[in-house]
Amino acid sequence: MIGVINDRLDRNALELLSKANQMAQKINTQVALFLITDRSPETDLASDYADITVLLLSEIFERFSLYPFLVNLEAVVLKYKPDILLAPATTFGRTIMPALAAKLRTGLTADCTDLDVDTDGNLLQTRPAIGGNVMATIITPNHRPQMATVRPKSFSIESLKKKGKIRVEKPIFVQDNCELIGIEKRETTSKIEEAQVVISVGKGLRRKENTQIAERLAKILNGAVGATRAVVDVKWFSHDHQVGLSGKTVKPKVYIAAGISGAVQHIAGMQTSEIVIAINKDRYAPIFKVADIGLVSDAYSTLEQIAKLLEDEKDE
Amino acid sequence: MRILVLIKQVPDTDRVKIDPSTGTMIREGLDVVINPLDLHALELAIQLKESHRAYITVLSMGPMSTEIVLRDALALGADRAILLSDPSFAGSDTWATSYTLCRAIEKLKIEYDLVICGEKATDGETGQVGVELGVLLNIPVLTYVSKFLSSDGECIVVQRATEDAYETWKVKLPALIAVLRSVSEPRLPTLSGKKGALSKRIEIYTAKDLEIPSDQTGLKGSPTRVVKVYNTKLSRNCKVYAGKELNEGIKKVVEILKDYKGSVVR
Repeated sequence: MIGVINDRLDRNALELLSKANQMAQKINTQVALFLITDRSPETDLASDYADITVLLLSEIFERFSLYPFLVNLEAVVLKYKPDILLAPATTFGRTIMPALAAKLRTGLTADCTDLDVDTDGNLLQTRPAIGGNVMATIITPNHRPQMATVRPKSFSIESLKKKGKIRVEKPIFVQDNCELIGIEKRETTSKIEEAQVVISVGKGLRRKENTQIAERLAKILNGAVGATRAVVDVKWFSHDHQVGLSGKTVKPKVYIAAGISGAVQHIAGMQTSEIVIAINKDRYAPIFKVADIGLVSDAYSTLEQIAKLLEDEKDE
Repeated sequence: MRILVLIKQVPDTDRVKIDPSTGTMIREGLDVVINPLDLHALELAIQLKESHRAYITVLSMGPMSTEIVLRDALALGADRAILLSDPSFAGSDTWATSYTLCRAIEKLKIEYDLVICGEKATDGETGQVGVELGVLLNIPVLTYVSKFLSSDGECIVVQRATEDAYETWKVKLPALIAVLRSVSEPRLPTLSGKKGALSKRIEIYTAKDLEIPSDQTGLKGSPTRVVKVYNTKLSRNCKVYAGKELNEGIKKVVEILKDYKGSVVR
């Protein structure tokens, strides 16, 4: 059985379930969704994507807290015994999965960008390694379950119409060892992972004020602004905007790298974009090696020209 | 308060060079530094020492060169430095690392009220060891801690940043927190701090000292195995527009982008 753990039936869960179904077909096994949530899910959708949906439903699961979630998930994992266990690499997945791995004394690979299974049922867990310029494939040969967290957007959502079962499991109530005493909803200003067009800026923009041109272009294209670590470090942008190994991985239709030389750490976060456009004064900047279109020019004035031409375009 | 800070030594990746023939990182000649994210954990500990009187132990596992970064930690304000170093520890994955750290803490009877670690290391980028260790030590764990709000010696109050909210959590000590950069702004070591650190002892323990069987640590004790390392298809066929051709290139780019103009959902 291939299990997917999440706290909601969102696109992260559907991406993983889509991939899990591909793999399950290959090794002739079932797909289970372990859903731990406070909201009644769309059970029709769940049964479209999973042979079994194991539902842990209670108001105590409104906000994630490690201890109660761990106790409950450990119990269902021990009951259903999946051979493979996947979760999205979100703050939820990246906290619950190491905790479960420690409890179950098994291996866990963080932040995979690709998965597959071989004929022996080994989960091939692929992730960027050593600075992001090589990929490493990792297996967990002798321990079960084989566990991995997966970067959101690594897989596309397929249209599935299974007729899976729903199993409601009784939650285990435990006294939490942490107490939530306040919550402030966060403005989601930067939707950089969701954007179809990402305009990222680096030191080549020269001054913080000059980055406004990227914001303007993002507005025209309904895109988002990304940034290199160098400009996040000097506080031109908050960390939410950082693209790269220690920031976010993006996979937009069009990625514009403006004034970015192309450090391996940055490239690791954008190399799977569909079309890459690089703008840099230095003809030999490494970013051109990962670009489809390269403009050897000043990033600021070129972005300005592009913005102007787009604004002058007649709306269709 | 007794604070235990987990430290990892990492190659100074800011100056990383790539071997053009293999596409891999040239590690030789790279300096080792404290994992930059661990510096934020250490700085938080030092600030707590200044405001609450704390005793700071730094703990690391790694090759003998890790002594350099532990000395840096002492120079910044740590009181005690412990290095777990043994050839049999090499190749430990996150499970084997957490297990080894846990065994060391128990065996050496390292006392702690608060364990602080960075979000992840800049080389491995897994961010799993802190959580796994906390679970093995059987203490409460809070990840993605963005702000340290208060401590009364019994409990701490911290802010945690998730995708959709800032949460405020209160937890009774002992506990483990994995902190984000925003938790503190690391200071630089002072000259007197550096001088003082030179005379301090760094305690080094081997697998034998800790009575860790060789099949429980290192490569042998690790559930995961790397089976393949390969280059990504980095290069694309870039059509470069320079000089007189630049305007043609810009036109081409505008041609691609105009499809997205004002599009909300496509």
